[in-house]
Amino acid sequence: MSYEIVARPHEQKFIDWSKDKPEVLVLTADLTNSCEVGRWREIYPDRYFSMGMAEQNMLGMAAGLAREGFEPWLHTFAVFLYRRPLDQLEMSIAYPSLKVRLIAFLPGIMTPGGVTHQAIEDIAVLRAIPNMTILEVGDATEAETVLDIAHAVKGPVYVRALRGEVSRIFPINEPFKFNTARILSLGVDITLITSGIMTEEALRAVPLLQEKGIGINHLHISTLKPFTDPQVLLALQNAKHGVVTMENHSIIGGIGSAVAEIMAENGIGVPLKRIGLKDTYAHGASQKYLMREYDMDAQALVVSISKLMNMNFGIYESNLEEVRKIDVHSSAKAEAL
Amino acid sequence: MDLSTMQNIADGIRLRVLAHTLANNGGYMSQACSSAELLGAMYGGVLNLALLDEPINPPPFNGVPVLNSPSATTYLTGAQFHGAKGPGYDRFIISPAHYALVIYAALIEINRLSENGLDYFNKDGSTVELIGAEHSPGFETTTGSLAQAISQAGGISLARKIRNESGKTWVFMSDGEFQEGQTWEALQAASFHKLSKLRVIVDVNQAQCDGPMDSVMSIEPLVERVRAFGWSATVVDGHNLSAITQACLLDTNRPHMVLCYTDAVRGLPLLNERRPTLHYLQFKNESERERYQFAYNEMVK
Repeated sequence: MSYEIVARPHEQKFIDWSKDKPEVLVLTADLTNSCEVGRWREIYPDRYFSMGMAEQNMLGMAAGLAREGFEPWLHTFAVFLYRRPLDQLEMSIAYPSLKVRLIAFLPGIMTPGGVTHQAIEDIAVLRAIPNMTILEVGDATEAETVLDIAHAVKGPVYVRALRGEVSRIFPINEPFKFNTARILSLGVDITLITSGIMTEEALRAVPLLQEKGIGINHLHISTLKPFTDPQVLLALQNAKHGVVTMENHSIIGGIGSAVAEIMAENGIGVPLKRIGLKDTYAHGASQKYLMREYDMDAQALVVSISKLMNMNFGIYESNLEEVRKIDVHSSAKAEAL
Repeated sequence: MDLSTMQNIADGIRLRVLAHTLANNGGYMSQACSSAELLGAMYGGVLNLALLDEPINPPPFNGVPVLNSPSATTYLTGAQFHGAKGPGYDRFIISPAHYALVIYAALIEINRLSENGLDYFNKDGSTVELIGAEHSPGFETTTGSLAQAISQAGGISLARKIRNESGKTWVFMSDGEFQEGQTWEALQAASFHKLSKLRVIVDVNQAQCDGPMDSVMSIEPLVERVRAFGWSATVVDGHNLSAITQACLLDTNRPHMVLCYTDAVRGLPLLNERRPTLHYLQFKNESERERYQFAYNEMVK
């Protein structure tokens, strides 16, 4: 499967979308070009505010602006929106449920920037915060259409965003839908739940498994909180041999945990395998390298399903769809980070 | 400016907080002693707040804000005690939430909180909480985790600047908050974004929970530090109403800070026996309570 590659899906869409929304402001913390709002700044200089490398204050000022009826869209790397300024996020923004949008780039292990730049527990932390909404885009179509979804939420929203060169997996006329899973394939043996970039990774293996006769009910999730889409419960109830989750995140507290909660609360008695970082930090290396190192790739999915089915499919790395090569030095990014 | 009105507010704050402390065997007494004149000046003339028809009875707590529930829109805000918002009016944002008892006492003195408002202090189901939150009388942000108000006031001030409003946005801070890094982030941002209508008034009482500030973490030289961050700043005797008022009304096109150096036992010298730890007054025994009762009786005379 080869996909259309879209360069900077956020950049121009966000410019066009903001045009008739004077309440929308952008706040950044010294990563303006890296977060695809450099041109936005040039077009709307009166609505752009540089806050410098001072995220605690940035979140507080965003809260003040939101209290006055503005809608600040904070653009920086994910780790600097929840990890460093967590108390400010909770007390200044989440408690009063203010309309602040946290556009969080580099979720999970997408960057060679290493542990300091890798948001591997953001979903776990933010899922526990009352009033938070958590979204995650999985392709260019979702990156382009998440804007209206975030805008409509009456409280704070955290978006695991994608930048640079992004595959278009979902048709352009099938936009992001709030709290609605995309059903990518139907099947009775295994229910597979993926989110973010893991959906593209899973799709390297799914067709080969289907060729071996394995029925896979594959759901792509783009709203992580709330996580109440009845399609998810139905898919979990219909899984004959087990459930597999794949997330660009720790397996603790993210979508794997959310699925486990639903299964336990509904008495769904099939095994669950959670693919993701297994309670470990990562380090600076390419996405492809890290996904292999930490058993988060398509090969890991094949192994998980073969264990659940107690079968050997004879599918090896060489059989899998070629990985899309992501150029670390792509001109679609401001720097190699 | 009527300095005698301001002094009456200040005297009333000390008396009310001491009466409450006597009745409840505990209270944030030194904060009342140090900030009484500062708050007397602010509420007695410096602030331009919309008038209220009559003092407000503190409403019972009606729930935390919940996304997509009616409570998100009906949630009470303590800002109503400061009157209706308007482009020309000032805002007054209280940062040190443990000064709540002192703020409530001040609001009673200026007829914005009902006379019996302190009866609800720290009572279950009440908004008149021990540590003020944004539903508590006089509060509009939740800043019990200190130093978060100045950033939020910066955001409010920036919003008002975008809308070209003439009113000032004031923050009342305690000096301990200058130990938090966020305070300095906020100062540099206010200076960088030229928030010329942002004002901060500080109770520099040099005391904090663990004892004298210079034994915990020194923040001096404070005025030089603040000026180095691009602010205009004035140091005053925090018990001199005329000096406080003048410093507050200084006309400047920069964000401006008034550092009120105060005495944490002013008006109640008996508190000196409590040094070095003044943060919270709880009587050790009945005889100590009686001595404070005697001091109260003398103050009322």
